[in-house]
Amino acid sequence: MEIKVLFVILISTILINNYVLSQMLGLCPFLGVSKKMDSALGMGLAVIFVMTMASFFTFLIYKYLLIPWHVTYLRTIAFILVIASLVQLVEMTIEKISPTLYQALGIFLPLITTNCAVLGVAVLNIETGFATKDLGMVMTVVQGFGAGIGFTIALLLMAGIRERLELADIPGNLKGMPISFITAGLLAIAFLGFSGMKI
Amino acid sequence: MDYLKEVIKGLWERNPILVLGIGLCPTLAVTTSVSNALWMALATTFVLICSNVLVSVIRNIVPSHIRIPIFITIIASFVIIVELTLKAFQPDVYQALGIFIPLIVVNCIILGRAEEFASRNSIFRSILDGLGMGLGFGGTLFILAFFRETLGANKLFGYTLIPGMKPATIMIIAPGAFFTLGLMLWAMNALKSRKRG
Repeated sequence: MEIKVLFVILISTILINNYVLSQMLGLCPFLGVSKKMDSALGMGLAVIFVMTMASFFTFLIYKYLLIPWHVTYLRTIAFILVIASLVQLVEMTIEKISPTLYQALGIFLPLITTNCAVLGVAVLNIETGFATKDLGMVMTVVQGFGAGIGFTIALLLMAGIRERLELADIPGNLKGMPISFITAGLLAIAFLGFSGMKI
Repeated sequence: MDYLKEVIKGLWERNPILVLGIGLCPTLAVTTSVSNALWMALATTFVLICSNVLVSVIRNIVPSHIRIPIFITIIASFVIIVELTLKAFQPDVYQALGIFIPLIVVNCIILGRAEEFASRNSIFRSILDGLGMGLGFGGTLFILAFFRETLGANKLFGYTLIPGMKPATIMIIAPGAFFTLGLMLWAMNALKSRKRG
C-alpha cells in the first residue's frame, strides 16, 4: 500500500504537477541554464541532489524544532537558511571528496540557493501536511526527489530544443528570450496532457 | 532630477523582468488576475524598499564575506511580516497567492538590488531605487495580468466583460503565461530595433 502511495507521489510530481511547466517554479535556471545540453544535465543533477537533501532537512527542522517550540511562522526564514547552508556544505563536501564531480557541478551549486523550486518544494511539503503523517519523512524525500527529476526532464527537453533553435531561421526580434518563452509555452501544453491522468 | 533618474530607470531602461530577465517565477505564476498581480507587486515592493533601507543602513559594518546570508535573513524577516499581515487582514489574497508569498524571499530582484545597489548607496537613493524597481516589476505584472485575465477569463478585476462569451482558457493556465511574456518580449525587441532605426 505504501509503495503505491509513494509511486503516486513520484508520478504526480514528475509529470502531472511538473514544477517548472505547470507550477511555474524555478524558471530562472530553467531559462538561464538551458542553452547547452551538458550544462543543463549538470544543473539538473545538482538540483535533484539538493532538492532531496533539502526536503529531508527542512522536514526534520519543521517537525522537531519549529512545531514543538510553536514558532511555525518562522518557516520561511528557517528554510532559506537551511537551504543556503546545505548548498554551501554540499559544495565543500563534493570539492573534498570528488574533484571531478565538483568540476561538473561546481558552478551550478551557488545558483541553486536562489532557485525558487528548492524553497518551493520545502514549503509545499509542509503545506501538503506530510509533517503530521506516519510515513511523512519518506513521502517528503520522495516528493523532493520527484520534483528534482521533473525539473531535470523539463530542463533537458528545453535544452535539446534550444540547441536546434540556434540554427532555425526566425525573425530577428524573436531570437533569444522571446522564442524560448514560446517554446516553453508549447512544452507546457504538452505537459498539460498529463493532467487528465488518473492513478 | 538626478534622484528622479533612480526611479525612472527601473521602469524601462533596467526593467527587472523585461530587460534583466529576473524574478520570473512570481511574474508568470500570479498574473492570472489583475488583482493578484497588484497585490503581489505591492508585497514585493514593500519588501524591496524595506530591505534596501536596512541593507543601506548597515552597509558599512557588514563584513563582505558573510554579506549574502545577512541580506537573505533581512529579506526573509520582511517577507514573514508581509506573510503574517496578509494572513491576518487579507485572507483571500493570502489564499490566492499561496506559496508565492514565502517565495518572495528567493525573488532575485530583491537580493540583486541589495547586492548591486543598496550595499553601495545612501539610504535615500536606495529607497528611490526600490520604488523604481518595484514599479517596473508591478507595471510588467499588470500588463501581463491584464491580457491574461481579459482573454483567459473574460474578466477584469473579477467583473465579467462580455456576457456569454467563452474565454480562451489556455491564457489563464501555465502555457498562456509563457506565450504572453514571450510575445511581450518580442514586442519590446521590435520597438527597440525600430528606435535604433
